[in-house]
Amino acid sequence: MRRMFWVLAVLLSHWRRHPMQLATLLIGLVSATALWSGVQALNQQARISYDRAAATFGGVRTAMLVGRGGPTFPQKFFVDVRRAGWPVSPVLEGRIQIEGRSFRLLGIEPVTLPAEVGNAPAIGRGDVEAFITPPGQTLLAPETLSDLHLAEGATPLVSSGASLPPLHVQAQLVPDVMVVDIGIAQKLLNRPEQISRLLIGKTKGPREPLEKIAGDRLRLVEPDAESDLERLTDSFHLNLTAFGLLSFVVGLFIVNSAIGLAFEQRLAVLRTLRACGVSAVMLNAVLVAELVSLALVAGLIGLVCGYFIAAALLPDVAASLRGLYGAQIPGELTLRIEWWIAGVAISVLGALVAAATSLAKAIRLPVLATAQPQAWQQAQHRWLMLQSALALGVFVVAALLLRYGDSLLAGFAVLAALLLGAALILPAMLELVLHLGQRFAQRPLATWFWADSRQQLSGLSLALMALLLALAVNVGVGTMVETFSRTFVSWLDGRLAADVYINASDNAQAIAIKNWLRERAEVQAILPGARAETQLDGAPIEILGLTDHSTYREHWPLLQSVPDAWTRLRPGDAGFVSEQLALRLKLAIGDHIELPAPGGNWPLEVIGIYADYGNPKGQVAVNIAALIRHFPSIPQTRLGLRVDRNQIPGLVSALQEKFGLDGRNVADQATMKAESLQIFNRTFAVTAALNAFTLGVAGVALLTSLLTLGNSRLPQLAPLWAIGITRRRLAAIELTRTLSVALITALFALPLGLLVAWCLIAIVNVKAFGWRLPFDIFPLQLLELLGVAMLAALVAALLPVARLARMQPASLVKVFADER
Amino acid sequence: MAGNNNIVLSVRNLTKTYRTAGEQVNVLRGVNIDVAAGERVALSGESGSGKSTLLHLIAGLDAADGGEIRIGDALVTKLPDAGRAALRRIRIGLVFQQFNLVPSLNVEDNLAFQSRIAGRHDAAWQAELIDRLGLGALLKRYPEQLSGGQQQRVAIGRALAARPLLLLADEPTGNLDEATADDVLALTRDLVAHTGCGFLMVTHSTRLAATLDRQVTLHAGLVA
Repeated sequence: MRRMFWVLAVLLSHWRRHPMQLATLLIGLVSATALWSGVQALNQQARISYDRAAATFGGVRTAMLVGRGGPTFPQKFFVDVRRAGWPVSPVLEGRIQIEGRSFRLLGIEPVTLPAEVGNAPAIGRGDVEAFITPPGQTLLAPETLSDLHLAEGATPLVSSGASLPPLHVQAQLVPDVMVVDIGIAQKLLNRPEQISRLLIGKTKGPREPLEKIAGDRLRLVEPDAESDLERLTDSFHLNLTAFGLLSFVVGLFIVNSAIGLAFEQRLAVLRTLRACGVSAVMLNAVLVAELVSLALVAGLIGLVCGYFIAAALLPDVAASLRGLYGAQIPGELTLRIEWWIAGVAISVLGALVAAATSLAKAIRLPVLATAQPQAWQQAQHRWLMLQSALALGVFVVAALLLRYGDSLLAGFAVLAALLLGAALILPAMLELVLHLGQRFAQRPLATWFWADSRQQLSGLSLALMALLLALAVNVGVGTMVETFSRTFVSWLDGRLAADVYINASDNAQAIAIKNWLRERAEVQAILPGARAETQLDGAPIEILGLTDHSTYREHWPLLQSVPDAWTRLRPGDAGFVSEQLALRLKLAIGDHIELPAPGGNWPLEVIGIYADYGNPKGQVAVNIAALIRHFPSIPQTRLGLRVDRNQIPGLVSALQEKFGLDGRNVADQATMKAESLQIFNRTFAVTAALNAFTLGVAGVALLTSLLTLGNSRLPQLAPLWAIGITRRRLAAIELTRTLSVALITALFALPLGLLVAWCLIAIVNVKAFGWRLPFDIFPLQLLELLGVAMLAALVAALLPVARLARMQPASLVKVFADER
Repeated sequence: MAGNNNIVLSVRNLTKTYRTAGEQVNVLRGVNIDVAAGERVALSGESGSGKSTLLHLIAGLDAADGGEIRIGDALVTKLPDAGRAALRRIRIGLVFQQFNLVPSLNVEDNLAFQSRIAGRHDAAWQAELIDRLGLGALLKRYPEQLSGGQQQRVAIGRALAARPLLLLADEPTGNLDEATADDVLALTRDLVAHTGCGFLMVTHSTRLAATLDRQVTLHAGLVA
């Protein structure tokens, strides 16, 4: 053990003498761990929220009894089932509208509520009385209270005219849910003596068979491990994970580069250690121990950084998930112990992976070979051919995945294979370009420039690979986002064709508003709208009722349709389906679907497919009159108006004044578009931030490689200085060299990035979200990224170049001294 | 030659063959050498005669094809890698032409390094070595801050710090000027005499070889 300690002390002393190299290694590991852990923290936070939502008063995480015949069943079953030994508790669920906004209302019976029912709000013993005795309480999340602009104790009116019990905040509740005593819920929802489900506790005991108590009226639903929200948001989290992984890999490039160079510099020491009697086994054990120690330190620092990254990105992620999926994520980060352990583990694992080649070389290290710092670089040259062959193999795998893969994971695998192949083949491409440069160089200094650049390539190639990956992903994601942005804007123009949108608080107010509007000269058309929800093929979908009007005929974003589609929509036996629903159910024009409706299944022929970006749910658009015939109880509170453009502000003000509507109930088209675009922009804000981080890490990789290489460059530069080339000129040459290889890399990254964009648009997006965008190239954006890459290379090169320009002649003279 | 009971190194019928580019080179073809405790032996011969190969085989840095090497009571040729490493730690001191100091350790730590990993660190002996090698003023310096002669003195101190049975040196003065080489070798001879270990030095210099107790010349893989 003591022996190991002394060997470890010798190995660690290297870092004390080379702090910059240690910093490089730690920066790489910290960046990799921080970005990966940050993304994992965001994912974990979201999943905790989904769990909370799923478990609230008997979500999918609780076993329950539900009625077979309809959404509710008589309350008498609760008494019967409980008497038969089942530890059940009743819940009634429905929706209420307050100020035109819809909320989920849950009626519970706190006395029988099983303690183990998920994360149900803890209603303490003292609180139960206040909750169940008049006037009772309405429990709600703090976010919902602030959304309503109300204070605790308020008793808001619901659309039926009844008032809610006083509001009382329960922090554990998910937003947009209100909880009242079941008796109050039955009144508010007008469902006397009815319940939606019976939650089943886990208390074991003798129970009578369900059939004996309720015949076939009730059905047992087993708890589900995964909630709908988890399924819906899987692709979003997969995207985040992919970015986290990319940043992690780019970080590991730095680690690999630092460890490789440290290994090269310590080659002589390792041999001396072996000569002094350190066995190969012990030497490798100590090398691993050294690496693990460093990884533990970096892992802990990385975790702290990861926490801050996650905290900074959480608001945007939460906004994206709310905008895209309606998922409610609290704004505060809570992290589990597993996250800390996983973070440290990934740091150690990453360090070991990054050091694998160096460790393998250490294991095979021949004791006798004299220390040759150049041997490592020469060996790299031999790797060039192998690397290129490997790259071709990876490209073949990418092509096979592209041809035969049919999942989101396969899509990401294609991307990963493409990027890995390109990174592997980059050194060979650079070597080819530099070789050509050398061949056509005329003057001696130019010849030396190209030859020396080739020699440096092995030391820089890892950092350049990192730059290539970061740039390609930036180009790819940038192109995709830009394409999406433009498509989304033109799609919004089609979807938000009306000039003013109104959401009345109830049907009566909607009728009153319509009557009032008919008297207004500036109103050119009133377009009532409605939405119903149902299930199709096991997943929730929306049915959208559209008025037969030229506004929709001219603007609705139909991708495919039969001739005269809008006329065919009128009778109610045909509908348009959204692109993602068509893709999921493999629907084409002319196919038939059957929508479950209260009065029985509603058969529809698919006569059109339309774009519905950003909607996680499938959607079917039908004629509004037909929708109301099949779903008679849906609220008819939505109105779209065509209005003379100049009269819009006046009309909106008049509506607000006359009917007490606020910004949430009445909005003009411009406001709606701005809000939609804001959601869109926040969705990609996280992507953009991770993109920037990755590019930053690549810049650091380049800087640290250049700094590390800087010292070993002296033997190559000193002879030139000796024959009369000034230090300033040498520095300028070094700068030109770095910028040249960075430029070649960046130029290689552009087509690769466009390929990445195509993969994202044509494969990943289609699988993840269900829509396909047109593929466009934006030359200005490419030029901008090229500029950013060159700037990153310039910044990275400046410090080592400045050091060279200011280097004392004594340092250069040392190269020629016998002592070296 | 010293009596058998004092023998610290015994090499018998040692053979070593290298295969390079399809060609077989018999570097050592049955070498026999003995070195007694306190004896100082110079190993010379023309380039390619197998001097360094022999030294590396004795140190256990490479494995012989045939024959026997015994250091004290340890049969080097039968030891696995870990056993040979342990032998190097405890019973052998190695000095190279290139000094091979650990650049990240200062003189003091370089001197103590091998004795520490051998578990034979003796502060008093180290202090005596520092004094005899004249390194007292240089203890906090790093190898890059030393001259070649100073570096080689540190390397010799490191090799002797664990009180080995045998000191092996591969062209230890090859990188030094004549005067420095003489100084370094004189110091080594004194220390070997003081510690009583055996000393086998590979050298090209007949002048330096002549300063040792005995000269062994290798020619075409055999002791001439």
